[in-house]
Amino acid sequence: MTLNSALSAEHQRLYQDPHVIQRLLREARTIAVVGLSTDPQRASWFVANYLKKLGYRIIPVNPKADTIMEEKCYPSLAAIPEPVDIVDVFRPAADATAIARDAVAIGAKALWLQLKLVNLEAAEIASRAGLAVVMDRCVKIEHGRYQGRLHWGGMNTEIITARKARLA
Amino acid sequence: MSNKAETRKFGFETRMVHAGHIPDAVTGARAVPIYQTTSFVFDDADQAAQLFELKQFGNIYSRISNPTTAVFEERVASLEGAAGAVATASGMAAQLVAFLTLLEPGDEVVASSQLYGGSITQLVHTLRKFNLQVRFVDPSSIAEWEAAITPKTRALYGETIGNPRGAILDIGRIAALGASHGIPLIVDNTMATPALCRPIEHGATLIVHSATKFMGGHGTALGGVLLDSGKFDFSRYPSIAAPSAAYHDLRFYDTFGHYGFLMKARAETIRDTGACLSPFNAFLLIQGLETLSLRMERQTASALKVAQFLEGHGEVAWVAYAGLPSHPDHALARKYLPGGPGAVFSFGLRAKKGEGARARGRVFIEALQLFSHLANIGDVRSLVIHPASTTHQQLSDEELAKGGVAPELIRLSIGLENVEDLLWDLDQALLAR
Repeated sequence: MTLNSALSAEHQRLYQDPHVIQRLLREARTIAVVGLSTDPQRASWFVANYLKKLGYRIIPVNPKADTIMEEKCYPSLAAIPEPVDIVDVFRPAADATAIARDAVAIGAKALWLQLKLVNLEAAEIASRAGLAVVMDRCVKIEHGRYQGRLHWGGMNTEIITARKARLA
Repeated sequence: MSNKAETRKFGFETRMVHAGHIPDAVTGARAVPIYQTTSFVFDDADQAAQLFELKQFGNIYSRISNPTTAVFEERVASLEGAAGAVATASGMAAQLVAFLTLLEPGDEVVASSQLYGGSITQLVHTLRKFNLQVRFVDPSSIAEWEAAITPKTRALYGETIGNPRGAILDIGRIAALGASHGIPLIVDNTMATPALCRPIEHGATLIVHSATKFMGGHGTALGGVLLDSGKFDFSRYPSIAAPSAAYHDLRFYDTFGHYGFLMKARAETIRDTGACLSPFNAFLLIQGLETLSLRMERQTASALKVAQFLEGHGEVAWVAYAGLPSHPDHALARKYLPGGPGAVFSFGLRAKKGEGARARGRVFIEALQLFSHLANIGDVRSLVIHPASTTHQQLSDEELAKGGVAPELIRLSIGLENVEDLLWDLDQALLAR
């Protein structure tokens, strides 16, 4: 799982750990998507829509919208009145530091920065507070990688195993 | 979540037999099943709509994707170190899909002049119908590559081991030249296969293959594959980054990131050209991939022995194999192809007084007993052809000369036969009258 990352090998080990990623995807129920777009053709919308169809509870965080994907939209993480498992970030990397502090403040279990988003300060803030951290990875791609369907698109999942797949 | 991810980086041979295939949950079938079906039943109307909008992963129709073909695609992607792959009906289709996905009318390509004859005709004649211009350069001259680049140039193109004189592409330098202009290098890696050279490791962006050749290896199935390193910044390529009219203004590069080019190639170019690989051919090609490194190793070793034998033969004027120190690209071959520069090379028959080169070629080819006279390379059987009268015959004299094809040139593709038997056969045919 080392392809297409801007991170060093050491940071990949810390922030792209396949075991952490699989545990988060398995255990998480509620995902707050910070920077979820109202435009159904944007990457954030593709990812949130995919996760919602799979049964995850999606909470949009976007100060410029009231509802997205028929879900109530909140202006900030602090405004969300329920527990959040994963904070999934689609904002510029520089914004991630403040988002990491907010994620810690609301007691989220994980901070996840999407593809091409690298902010080591944000990662340290979150991991010092005990949050799991994933960086420069896409939640949808990672779900598709381990659930088997990313492979159907001819993509290199880097999964090598002779063990029989288990029913999803 | 099916399988716990391993963190070990598995070796080439391991990936050759395992990558892209996990035994399925229900049957546990060990070999890759052939999904010989045109189409796939939807879960419900909503899922169908989402699939057509590319919002879910899934199969719709085998022209776009197929589970057997996907195993072939992921396996080659793993072997090349690519982000992913799109399989095509042939190597020519892979090349065309690469260009049609990347380029807009008016764009230009700078290509090596040392290419397979069929590639040259596609580049010159078929691409012209799409208003795409190609400039050919001597691949060994970085100055020529650089001088041919204009503001309209959108791709550089070459073969790892060039047809027919075995020129070795200086992938690292040409990729770096492209990168300095923001232009991706496309490499046809058919003759080397990822067992001998992985161009992405040297900076190439897109790879195309005729899988018909060494990948399949057995001369049974046509096929091709297009791969993307996933490392190139396509944000200034309107073909990949601009809103797509075919998908409600979807911006492929923005939405799919390092998969943007491949998603575009599959969802638009393959969908619209129909240049897809059949699942049965994918199955046959997968059988070939499982022994790829073993065949490449043996066939390359035999090719070197045959080339050395011919170089010392009195009836042979010259041998063009980059594995020989006499070849101008021997040093490049040692750098990019440490396992040897493949199993295809050419040589020239020595001219005789009062006998034309073409006539001499005919006598030689007809005297061979083990070499099959046909228009292919990369079979387990040894093959022979006289390009001037076959693969390159559509080219003008000028194009022929620029491509380095002399009338006395004979091309060999060395197979898995006992190498002493091959030397015997060549010797008796060289002495035939």
